[in-house]
Amino acid sequence: MGIVNITKTYDADFVKQVEKESGQDLSLCYQCGNCTAGCPYTFAYDIPVSRIMRMVQAGQKDTVLKCKSIWLCATCESCTTRCPNNIDVAHIMDVLRHMARREGYAPVPTVKKFWDSFLDSVENNGRVFEVGLLAAYVAKTGRFWTDLDLGPKVLPKGKMHFKPHEIQGKDEIKKIFKRFQEESRK
Amino acid sequence: MSDSLTYAYYPGCSGTGTSMEYDMSTRAVCEKLGIRLTDIPDWSCCGSTPAHTVDHSLSSALSARNLQLVEKMDLDTAVTPCPSCLTNLKSAEHRMKKDEMREKVNKLLDNPYNGGVSTKSVLQILVEDLGLKALKESTIKPLKGLKVAAYYGCIMNRPPEVMNFDDPEHPMAMDNILKAMGATVLPYPLKVECCGASFGIPRKDVVMRLSGKLLDVADDIGVDALVTACPLCQMNLDLRQTQINSATGAKHNIPIFYYTQLMGIALGMNEKEMGMDKLCVSPRKVLDAIGKEEKK
Repeated sequence: MGIVNITKTYDADFVKQVEKESGQDLSLCYQCGNCTAGCPYTFAYDIPVSRIMRMVQAGQKDTVLKCKSIWLCATCESCTTRCPNNIDVAHIMDVLRHMARREGYAPVPTVKKFWDSFLDSVENNGRVFEVGLLAAYVAKTGRFWTDLDLGPKVLPKGKMHFKPHEIQGKDEIKKIFKRFQEESRK
Repeated sequence: MSDSLTYAYYPGCSGTGTSMEYDMSTRAVCEKLGIRLTDIPDWSCCGSTPAHTVDHSLSSALSARNLQLVEKMDLDTAVTPCPSCLTNLKSAEHRMKKDEMREKVNKLLDNPYNGGVSTKSVLQILVEDLGLKALKESTIKPLKGLKVAAYYGCIMNRPPEVMNFDDPEHPMAMDNILKAMGATVLPYPLKVECCGASFGIPRKDVVMRLSGKLLDVADDIGVDALVTACPLCQMNLDLRQTQINSATGAKHNIPIFYYTQLMGIALGMNEKEMGMDKLCVSPRKVLDAIGKEEKK
């Protein structure tokens, strides 16, 4: 990680926005590194979580919103649980991906496509339809070999259904998504 | 055991599919123990992780629709076996305590949610409302000779101020249940480590590494089986165990039970009812050894 010149790239609005959306006081982070020490995903991250906290304090909007880490955080809550200053770090990671989405960043496309396919499934059926979700994901990514090897293991168990469980309130769920889209455009 | 043990039940989407043995065994065990579970009529998906990574009002609305249905049932407690559903339902309740958030979420719903339903895991009501003593007394076939470790996964107890149950770093609920029912429960240092969660499909390498570590340590401490309380953890460890073996060169052959499945066996119920045939790694040897003399 290179040197950050904050006189040139400090974005005060970004810092305020993260604080507002997360309800967290960013200045409380004194870089003890406990979050990174407990984070199971550091090996896959491009920027460790404690450094993300520092970059947010330093108003480094582009670096933070473009990083892969925020898409690989699984919200396991280790960081939040272990922060000595009670900062809800996982909540901040969530807020950062909300912002990244709004700005159109998706540096780990497979993860975004998986999450999107999941939510499409909920929007269309009211509940997740597992086989449909996998099919939609494969179609979106072209990764036809995804878990093909698991088919023979799981199919004879009779756990996978080939039709979605339709619920009566299906339209209510569709409306939740529709209203959410409308509200986000405001 | 009185009428007070009545709850609104939220099975969660995987309960109707990939974790159906968890749902089956949960329902059967609760019935046997005099706990009444009434399904929330027409429940919908909580949105799981994908929803809260998009927006918290969307995620809360998907959960709040279900909480509002519980209000209509005139019950004040919803229970779910799934930690991911649990965390979403509880977070929605927590977030909607703030007026601004409640208004924002209710704008997305057909019927507003007023607040006041508490959500607990089935695990929590078993240890807190029913109690270990009752479990011990109901045990017909003690899990004698069975050496297991309890694996809770990351979010059953965290963050503590939202989940409000057991210890966030060293939970004991499952350990205590299994002990009360006669099993030997070994200390498992990774009981709240993450298994790789839902990255199995989009980033398999992550799950291979994290779940691989969980299996390595389980083998190192010499368990006969691991016991889980989460559909995703169970799936990563059981269904993906062969993938993990080929990715890491390991030779694991560890059955991964839901704790409710073993409870059912201890309560004298049959394997079929517990969905034992739905597990990928065969539990045959382990189940046959229950109650036999301990290996020398």
